[in-house]
Amino acid sequence: MITHSNEILVGLLILVGFWTVQTSILRAAMGLALTSVLTTLILFQMSMPLAAVFELSVCAGLITVVFVSIISMTRPQNAEEEEQSAARRSRRYQPALLVAALVGLGLWAAGNAVQGMTPSTVTENVRDVLWNLRRLDLVGQIIIMFVGVFGVVVLFKDRLKEETGR
Amino acid sequence: MNASYWIDHFRLIACETGVLFAIGLYCVMVTPNLIRVLIGLELVTKSVTLLLGLAGAVTGHMGTAEAFIITLIVLEVVAIAVAAGLVIGIFKQHGEANVSVLTDLKG
Repeated sequence: MITHSNEILVGLLILVGFWTVQTSILRAAMGLALTSVLTTLILFQMSMPLAAVFELSVCAGLITVVFVSIISMTRPQNAEEEEQSAARRSRRYQPALLVAALVGLGLWAAGNAVQGMTPSTVTENVRDVLWNLRRLDLVGQIIIMFVGVFGVVVLFKDRLKEETGR
Repeated sequence: MNASYWIDHFRLIACETGVLFAIGLYCVMVTPNLIRVLIGLELVTKSVTLLLGLAGAVTGHMGTAEAFIITLIVLEVVAIAVAAGLVIGIFKQHGEANVSVLTDLKG
């Protein structure tokens, strides 16, 4: 059972991916959270607990909250509009199945790129890598976070000015 | 699960990441809804996250792969937060969050 757990997770991930793009927008946000949860499970299987926890807390938690907030701040559709857009979506995303199947088959046919590769014996600790080897990445992350915060503040400040006329 | 397990399952996960990438990209290309564009971008990012994890698991450089995934997640959340602000701004200005209304820079 454990041997096939990854195959099941991979199948589920593709199904949830399809569902996410085809369903209504609020359900799509939930589907995205589910995709993150499945990605987390696969990362745990790969023995990457820190990345998995980040994925679960940030992508399945924070980003879902951001999406639900955007959806609630924008105009909700009425029943008739929702029915029309569901029919449009259904037509629009039918070729997606074909595109995805072609990509999957193409990659499968391209062969196993790592066939005959011997397993590596390198052992790395993520903490050592982050604090010693990739320290500059942390500086970059902090700068990007500040840029993001300033970006959001500036966007909301401009809008507030427009609304109040000051 | 050790590196040899992931070497054996490399093709399966690589195909899965490709399919997820294709679904996300297709969503970005065909939808006019800006929120759905962001959702498509998120799916693309998920596939890249998995591919980074797979590369780390196969080569044994787990620490480096984890560090890259964490950096990617930070970039992803900042990009989504800024994009969310832009979508809300566009909605307030035009009354809908749709790519067809973004014609201010046209021509």
